[in-house]
Amino acid sequence: MGQNSNAFARGKLGSSVPSLMLVGGLALSWTLFAVSAPNDSDYEINLLVVAVVGIIFFTLGLFGLAVRVEGRRRAVDRLATILVTLAFFIALTPLISLIITVVSKGAVRFDVDFFTLSMRNVVGEGGGAAHAIIGTLIMTLAASIISVPIGLLTSIYIVEYGTGKRLTKWITFFVDVMTGIPSIVAGLFAYALFEILLGPGTRVGISGSAALAVLMIPIVVRSSEEMLRLVPNELREAAYALGVPKWLTILKVVLPTSIAGITTGIMLAIARVMGETAPLLVAAGFSNDFNFNIFEDRMQSLPNFVYYSYIAQGSIPEAYLNRAWAGALTLILIVMVLNLGARLIARTFAPKLGR
Amino acid sequence: MSKRIEIKDLNVYYSKFRAVEDVSMEIEPRSVTAFIGPSGCGKSTLIRTLNRMHEVIPGAYVEGEVLIDGDDLYAPGVDPVMVRRQIGMVFQRPNPFPTMSIRDNVIAGVKLNNRRISKSDADDLVEKSLRGANLWEEVKDRLDKPGSGISGGQQQRLCIARTIAVEPEIILMDEPCSALDPISTLAIEDLIEELKEKYTIVIVTHNMQQASRVSDRTAFFNIAGTGMPGKLIEFDDTAKIFSNPSVKATEDYVSGKFG
Repeated sequence: MGQNSNAFARGKLGSSVPSLMLVGGLALSWTLFAVSAPNDSDYEINLLVVAVVGIIFFTLGLFGLAVRVEGRRRAVDRLATILVTLAFFIALTPLISLIITVVSKGAVRFDVDFFTLSMRNVVGEGGGAAHAIIGTLIMTLAASIISVPIGLLTSIYIVEYGTGKRLTKWITFFVDVMTGIPSIVAGLFAYALFEILLGPGTRVGISGSAALAVLMIPIVVRSSEEMLRLVPNELREAAYALGVPKWLTILKVVLPTSIAGITTGIMLAIARVMGETAPLLVAAGFSNDFNFNIFEDRMQSLPNFVYYSYIAQGSIPEAYLNRAWAGALTLILIVMVLNLGARLIARTFAPKLGR
Repeated sequence: MSKRIEIKDLNVYYSKFRAVEDVSMEIEPRSVTAFIGPSGCGKSTLIRTLNRMHEVIPGAYVEGEVLIDGDDLYAPGVDPVMVRRQIGMVFQRPNPFPTMSIRDNVIAGVKLNNRRISKSDADDLVEKSLRGANLWEEVKDRLDKPGSGISGGQQQRLCIARTIAVEPEIILMDEPCSALDPISTLAIEDLIEELKEKYTIVIVTHNMQQASRVSDRTAFFNIAGTGMPGKLIEFDDTAKIFSNPSVKATEDYVSGKFG
């Protein structure tokens, strides 16, 4: 080879070789299966198996070729690249499959009625999940109003005031414990709390919010704590050196610098508790009708709407299942919008570094 | 508006470790005093005790007195916030507030303290402070741009502008040029020369040429070894420290025999 006159040069496979070999591997695999197939008209070649065998051929072939042409190090690099890419697609498969299923099945009842009607007096077709959507939004909002101040102030204490103190260690420990609380236990806690406060058998929206807040607080504390720690100490010192008291430094320097990350964390916490079913089932109950009052009567939520539509299929099961899928689709969309919103807010608030 | 600093038998501790031992010195108003010495000899620690910034570090405390025109900074009942309003500080790495514009960075001392200031007063203060820091001409057309978007040397001058905007009596500078190139360093040194007309300035530096260029008096600190406290070895006129020091260790250090 001519380029070997350069001491640093090595052989290199052309850029189209891997894709050609992938096609070749798949074709080889398919040919093998087609040739060895029994002569039976009912027999169908399983395309998934063909693909798996084809990818194995491709991997071995490319690795072997690369070892010969490019040397061991680059061959191992190609092997690792293939494995990582493969892992990525395997991890992505359930997500894509889930989205396709939910969208295709949920689209059937994804109509105006679904977003305007409740399930009051509906036993068969028709009806909607507006009461559940409103319930979910109200209860999640109330849960955020309860948990964001508590969580944020806790993290401010941990990072800004409690360094090295015993109380901080205890708080951190119990926040970790709280993270591990099964959601049904949070529901039972809220249920028991409101039974003491308002009498036996109380199921109200605010009770569901309390359950969600119990689940949200540790997430908010953890994420805000990380974000506050990311604020450089130099900025705090700069403010102190200007004669700014500590509380104003926290309020006007530390929080604005970290607000983007904190908001993202809060949004993710909201998205995380929005899909909770069990605690709301226990604490807020189940309802077929609109309820805008969080302090009175049971309140429906989207996850519970989906759950009940599935386990209690009425006279026309098809209608109930379609509503369940549409409910699931709505829930996914709400969470997605929240995540997008979080990114948007993070981008708006992030410290600007442009020249 | 500049004040005299008197340090009496000062010991500085980080928890059990004594970082600075028995320092006594007097710093005259309207002068530049340089602290020099090898790394870890306690110069930065000492300068941070002069506006009670060292106690931001958990476990740090002080024995002894620091008198500013006769008032002890460490007397009971002294509010560190009040101290820092009179004694400003410029840090080693430029640290403008990234969430604020250049303009807001300059008046940060006013704005962060929730004091009201009319727009015209704020404009005057911004221009005066930026002119005072020799930065006005370079940034006057982009006052609304982020403070972190200018060069390192400009950022450091912005930090100095921010410090003089609160009109302190004393300005402490902890290696203000160590992260800057020679041109920016020269700009800051020229600025120190001008600032000394109005303020008492204390500067920590690793650069002995810088100490000899900008300071009137120089204090040399040294440590006997790792884990030992830093001590003030010699404190005298800069010319004498660099030409004819009375202690051998000082002579070795300034002549480059060690450190």
